[in-house]
Amino acid sequence: MSKNLSIRHRAEKRFIAYGFISLILAATMLATIIGSMIYRSIPAYTNYSIDLEINMTEISAEDEFEDINFRGIIRSSLFSFFPEVESRSDKRKLFKLISSSASYTLRDFIIENPSYINKKFYFNVLFTDDSDIFYKGYVDTSLSESERRLDDQEVAWLNELKNTGRVKNKISKNLFLNGDSREPEVAGFWGATIGSLITISVTLLLSFPIGVLTAIYLENFAVKNRITDFIEVNINNLAAVPSIIFGLLGLAVFINFFGMPRSIPLVGGLVLSLMTLPTIIIATRSSLQSVPPSIREAALAMGASEMQVVFQHLLPSALPGIFTGTIIGLARAFGESAPLLLIGMVAFIVDIPSTFTDPATALPVQIYIWADSPERAFVAKTSAATLILIGLLILINLAAVLLRKRYEVKW
Amino acid sequence: MKLNGDLIMDEQKKQNNIRNKKSLIECRGVDVFYGDKQALFGINLDIGEKEVTSLIGPSGCGKSTFLRCINRMNDVIEICKVAGTIKIDNEDIYHPDVDVVELRSRIGMVFQKPNPFPKSVYDNVAYGPKLHGRILHKDDLDAKVEKSLERAGLWSEVKDRLGEPGTSLSGGQQQRLCIARAIAIDPSIILMDEPCSALDPIATAKIEELIDELKDNFTITIVTHSMQQAARVSQRTAFFHLGKLIEVGDTEKIFRSPDHEQTEAYVTGRYG
Repeated sequence: MSKNLSIRHRAEKRFIAYGFISLILAATMLATIIGSMIYRSIPAYTNYSIDLEINMTEISAEDEFEDINFRGIIRSSLFSFFPEVESRSDKRKLFKLISSSASYTLRDFIIENPSYINKKFYFNVLFTDDSDIFYKGYVDTSLSESERRLDDQEVAWLNELKNTGRVKNKISKNLFLNGDSREPEVAGFWGATIGSLITISVTLLLSFPIGVLTAIYLENFAVKNRITDFIEVNINNLAAVPSIIFGLLGLAVFINFFGMPRSIPLVGGLVLSLMTLPTIIIATRSSLQSVPPSIREAALAMGASEMQVVFQHLLPSALPGIFTGTIIGLARAFGESAPLLLIGMVAFIVDIPSTFTDPATALPVQIYIWADSPERAFVAKTSAATLILIGLLILINLAAVLLRKRYEVKW
Repeated sequence: MKLNGDLIMDEQKKQNNIRNKKSLIECRGVDVFYGDKQALFGINLDIGEKEVTSLIGPSGCGKSTFLRCINRMNDVIEICKVAGTIKIDNEDIYHPDVDVVELRSRIGMVFQKPNPFPKSVYDNVAYGPKLHGRILHKDDLDAKVEKSLERAGLWSEVKDRLGEPGTSLSGGQQQRLCIARAIAIDPSIILMDEPCSALDPIATAKIEELIDELKDNFTITIVTHSMQQAARVSQRTAFFHLGKLIEVGDTEKIFRSPDHEQTEAYVTGRYG
């Protein structure tokens, strides 16, 4: 007996140890992923820029903005650092160190502040991604010239510029406030984030009421027969269908058949609703089932109608479970890219969407696009966008926990 | 000739356990089926107004099933079919025109396990009156809640905790809360399905006392496993066995000198 007991105790200790080891393993993996994401994303948050002296004294206030050669103004300001550069090709190379967005930002600035016309002032201009990465120390100058993006001449210019003391490393507002761009130093994930949020709102607005009502109907009102059995099997089946299939369905039905435009969050939301519906239906049904039957009986015996039983008793008690299921479904939809690729939300969209019919992309798709881009600077952007996605998912799941706590019913 | 007919009637009544006294609920030939399985066989039983009738019998004898026929709670079970007639105040409650919701608003029910709603004590009691829209004014509702809790003997214990969840009370208090909830809709009939089986002896004694008080105003039918309880609280007792009503009569008679051997065997504890 005592021998048997000690074996049982040892087995129990072993089991606990296995569990603990698994937990540590899982935690380490998660920490590694998040840690490496954070490490890789560090270069994305700042951008090197230079304060250029802008001379607008030759421009008069009467000139139309379209006529002002902002590009030329920036060029001459930059070239003033290197009077020795004279050949056209060298000048072009030198100007390429500065972001091509510089002339547009200057124009926008002047349009907003016309009082700067006729003046000389310093204007902060972004470096292009290659220069930026050089300043951040990611260019190995010991490699031969042909193996790096910047040749010796460019490196020399950049070092010289740095010595002027005008070069600054600033937090990159573009990353947080812009839509996508071909230029990494201008590209941001705000457009994709808004696109994701609009898409997910459409999904929530459609799939939550439809899913919950379907579940209530199936659970409490539907007659149990072959048809409802068949529907039930299919709902469970749909929950396991790969998401790309829903994308194909959306392409065929919403875009080809109903003729809705491509790349819009409305179609994205519809497709993701199809994907989320089974999850919500299953979660709602199981939380309705978990309400003790005695409550239902008590309400019925008091003379409540079936609908009153559902809305006054079953639903309030099942709410925490319904919320959890819905949010798990939404979180899955939020991180989904495959179906969105098929309905065209993978397009290159610079503008920030503001309605659910504006062309948009979504965060996971933005990550996919950036990860697919050859520029070195997009590596950091990809990691930064991934972290934002993870952060938003944490927020969503936190909301689930809070809602569950808030509506939890104690028996 | 007429005398002869009356005699035959009397004989039939006796055989069918039908009483001469005024009865509120009249059941004739009630059969209940669960799918293919028959649970009750031709039950004829009259339940008198403002008295306590207890239904006794071994487990699975159909006494709870019968009780649930009276407020049509068996409708909820899809495979359950009820045949025969049950009349309350001479109205056939299985007639297609009868509204189940209205019927249940006249019949209170107390279950085996206390099942207060996960709401406050107040809301539990106020639920019925509000549901049926009988009381619209807040003051009247307060008075109704107080009166119902008072009648259920719970007012003095919960008057300071009306806002607390009903589920936070003790088991016995919860069951009395359920009784208060049931009587708040002013039913004429209260059905109790083994109301004390989950309670300790002290809580049981309180409920039994309460049943005794309530019988002045309500017609009570109680299913019980405890023969002592049947003997203590009821005026009439019906003995069920294997889905059949074996015998019904005054409680004293059933326990002292039952007509049937099976009844005697059960009440003296020889089986069941």
